[in-house]
Amino acid sequence: MKNLVIGATVLILSLGILYAGVGLEFGAPPFTDMDDYFVSHGQEQTGGNNIVTDIVFDFRGFDTLGEATVLFTAVLGAGLAFRKRREDEDYEYE
Amino acid sequence: MFFNLPFIVAALLVILGIITMLIKRNLIKMIMGLALVEAGVNLLLVSIGYRAGGIAPIFTSAPDGVMVMPTVQAMTLTNIVIGIATTALLLSFVMVIYRMYGTANAEKVRKLRG
Amino acid sequence: MNMSKIVRSAANLLFPFILVFGFYIVLHGHLTPGGGFQGGAVIATGFVLMFVAYSYDFITGCIGAESLHTTETIGLLLFIVTALVALGFGVTFFTNWMLDVGPVLNNPVAYGPNPGDLNTAGFIPVMNLAVGIEVLGALSVIVLYMLSGTKEEI
Repeated sequence: MKNLVIGATVLILSLGILYAGVGLEFGAPPFTDMDDYFVSHGQEQTGGNNIVTDIVFDFRGFDTLGEATVLFTAVLGAGLAFRKRREDEDYEYE
Repeated sequence: MFFNLPFIVAALLVILGIITMLIKRNLIKMIMGLALVEAGVNLLLVSIGYRAGGIAPIFTSAPDGVMVMPTVQAMTLTNIVIGIATTALLLSFVMVIYRMYGTANAEKVRKLRG
Repeated sequence: MNMSKIVRSAANLLFPFILVFGFYIVLHGHLTPGGGFQGGAVIATGFVLMFVAYSYDFITGCIGAESLHTTETIGLLLFIVTALVALGFGVTFFTNWMLDVGPVLNNPVAYGPNPGDLNTAGFIPVMNLAVGIEVLGALSVIVLYMLSGTKEEI
């Protein structure tokens, strides 16, 4: 029963995702207004030649700030999992 | 014939990752499935931004031609770094779980909780 | 446990070149393919190469997880402070304020395809450097934490 449910779920998901993938058209994106603006105005507004870096650090700077925060939090979590514990510290995972 | 092969490959990667996450019981293999889904999403993002015959969106000594879309590449960069962070955090938790329970099997960990 | 002398010699030989290549990618992030994240990942690869070649005790005696974590924190603080300074010039958070003040990193850019000038792009090279430092510390310290988890017994 459980295998049947998993199989049906996998089948439906696979067909849906494959249908979406086959339906897209490669090489001709439909909506390009924002990217055209970035490519044509990025150099005069930020001064950098690399448009991807201009977007990452200037146009979408808040995105990068959140990303750096996520990386910092992941490092804090890994340090919490492997930190050195004192001998007298009562430590239980549950 | 396969004019949109990158999208089909991205869909296959996502499907394989979801199947791996659903049917595997080892926690490390489930994380591998998550990494496969991330790879599929990255491929989908970069493929969406491609224009036929486009060059990289960098003006340093650039040849003439239309440029591919840069925003999806920036989002792919974000996705890669966040993927690294979450994968490292999940692997750390798997190491903690293995030291606590002596196993990395999700079913056995659930039974041992009791 | 140290690995063999061949591995250690090769790691010692490769380490400065990996550092130079990584900092090249970071500092030329606004001109060529690359940027802070990619260059930081390359530098972290060099550090992980040293972790592989030498023993855990030797590595922690030389550098330590705390200093790497401090490096990461300094990178994130530099990132946020550089973005915050824009408030002092009367513009909004994350505005490219170096384009308005001073001659630093402020050469005029030839629009369209050009050979590239390192002294352009306002605060983007500073942001690249900050993020590069942060990613370098973060990836190295994650690997070091995982290495310590395999050593320590509860």
